[in-house]
Amino acid sequence: MEKSYEVRLSGSGGQGLILGGIILARAAVLDKHKITQTQSYGPESRGGYSRADVIISDRDIFFPEATNFNCLLALTQEACDKYIFDLREDGILIVDTTFVKNLAIVADNTYELPFTEIAQEELGSAITTNVLSLAFLVKITDIVSEKSLETSIKESVKPAFVSLNIKAMKLGFKLAKNYGN
Amino acid sequence: MQNKKTSKSVKTPQASKAAGTQKKKVKAESKLNELQSSLERKTVVMQGNEAVAYGALDAGVNFFAGYPITPSTEVAEILSAELPKRGGTFIQMEDEIASICAITGASLAGAKALTATSGPGFSLMQEGMGFAKITETPCVVVNVMRNGPSTGMPTSPGQGEIQQSRWGSHGDAPAIVLYPDSVKESYELTIRAVNLSEKYRTCVVLLLDEVIGHMRESVTLPDMEKVRVISRIKPTVPPNWYKHYDENQKYLSPLASFGDGYRFHVTGLTHDSHGFPTGKPTESAEMNDRLRRKITHNIRDLVQIESHQMEDAEIAIFAAGITARSAKAAIAMARYRGIKVGLLRPLTIWPFPDDAVRKMLRNVETVIVPELNQGQFSREIIRLTKDKSEGDVVLIKKVNGQLITPNDILRRIKEVI
Repeated sequence: MEKSYEVRLSGSGGQGLILGGIILARAAVLDKHKITQTQSYGPESRGGYSRADVIISDRDIFFPEATNFNCLLALTQEACDKYIFDLREDGILIVDTTFVKNLAIVADNTYELPFTEIAQEELGSAITTNVLSLAFLVKITDIVSEKSLETSIKESVKPAFVSLNIKAMKLGFKLAKNYGN
Repeated sequence: MQNKKTSKSVKTPQASKAAGTQKKKVKAESKLNELQSSLERKTVVMQGNEAVAYGALDAGVNFFAGYPITPSTEVAEILSAELPKRGGTFIQMEDEIASICAITGASLAGAKALTATSGPGFSLMQEGMGFAKITETPCVVVNVMRNGPSTGMPTSPGQGEIQQSRWGSHGDAPAIVLYPDSVKESYELTIRAVNLSEKYRTCVVLLLDEVIGHMRESVTLPDMEKVRVISRIKPTVPPNWYKHYDENQKYLSPLASFGDGYRFHVTGLTHDSHGFPTGKPTESAEMNDRLRRKITHNIRDLVQIESHQMEDAEIAIFAAGITARSAKAAIAMARYRGIKVGLLRPLTIWPFPDDAVRKMLRNVETVIVPELNQGQFSREIIRLTKDKSEGDVVLIKKVNGQLITPNDILRRIKEVI
């Protein structure tokens, strides 16, 4: 891994982005990295803006927020418009085309999939969009091991939802593997 | 926190039950507890607010009364689950005035008591904090700061209570205020806040930035036997010799609890050494002065600072809490460009580290003070710059709910060289 890797998960409140950030952070700690995980959201519990940042590094992390992302996940048009310009030139952009219809700039590494639609159709629930897209992100970027991600999901979600989220994770891996084919 | 039982730990008590002796069972159970606590102490991903809650528990806090408010809610949430399990008490109060009064009362009855709030609640608590100070009752108020006056921006950071935490309560009593910059340090300074409140018999404030309260980092908490816990000194004299406010050499006095059999009176009025109201000028002067003395005569014990790359620094940054982390990142960037910059970071912001700041001012050309307010730390730095022109203290302020970034600081560093 290079010096540090900055990920921003962005969208709106209720999409489970902060939980996604926690899952990614825990997985990175299982892989023996140092992390900071921060978030920003409005006063509403659903709707409004929401983002979760995860910085993964092997050194001490001073400033805990992502400023120049290696990877940006955008689940809404608003989030995509707001953060796309802070993506590094060689950064990876992953967007949910269910809600993101326009890209202000096209990054070299852009991945477009209708994650919310897929979650609804294949898994029967849009609430798994966070884990589905996170697993896709992990497979594409390879920032944490698949095994650690699985352990982290099991530790982070309520017991009743573990099997559903593991299914979402596996589907995310599969989508990444088959992307472009 | 993780609290998993291994299959081994489950087997142990069953095996001892089969053996059928009570003694063995107790032994096995203590072994089980040991095993569980060692499991709990593995590296975990934890929020600043969680670290405060577990720090409070490790420091022996057994009473919490509060009114949950963003961004401090997790402290109340965790303690509401954990305190009853450990024989402690959690009360959700009707407001913050009641909360500070409840923890003061609990402390007088012998509990180690703590509350957690944010700006709006902290303002309401000021009067009660003054009562805890004049009655010399140990308690801890955690204030997770958010942006703005009044309701402001509940989920955004601000450092607006630097001066309020010192001067917010009327009547000119000194304050002890601690300010961590990481999740790990939030745990450590919560324990220290409880310890200092017990030792100095006063209300201690722990300030946290919203970002640190909500931020997650990986933390390995120390084993319990390595945690240093201080509890109030109990009186050893016979009850009729007891004075509620009686100094030993270090300006610290023993404290009896209600129900211990010692007779004392508690009032917010100026009082004598037994706690009864007095209007005599000599006695009121003595009482007010001892509130000051116990802090000023123990400055060395109270003040904690971190000096980061200051040895050869030509420019110094003075910052605390989350802003100090921006500063450290900026310092790494500046040093990469050959600019000699260092950081002075107070962990105790009140009493203010005057001596360390004076030393810093003697050795550098410029002091940059980044803060998420209109200039509350910089007031203190300017107060201490006697023979320097005012231009030497450079303020970076931000009050829009966003953090000061390392680039904001680096830009200013480049301007002043």
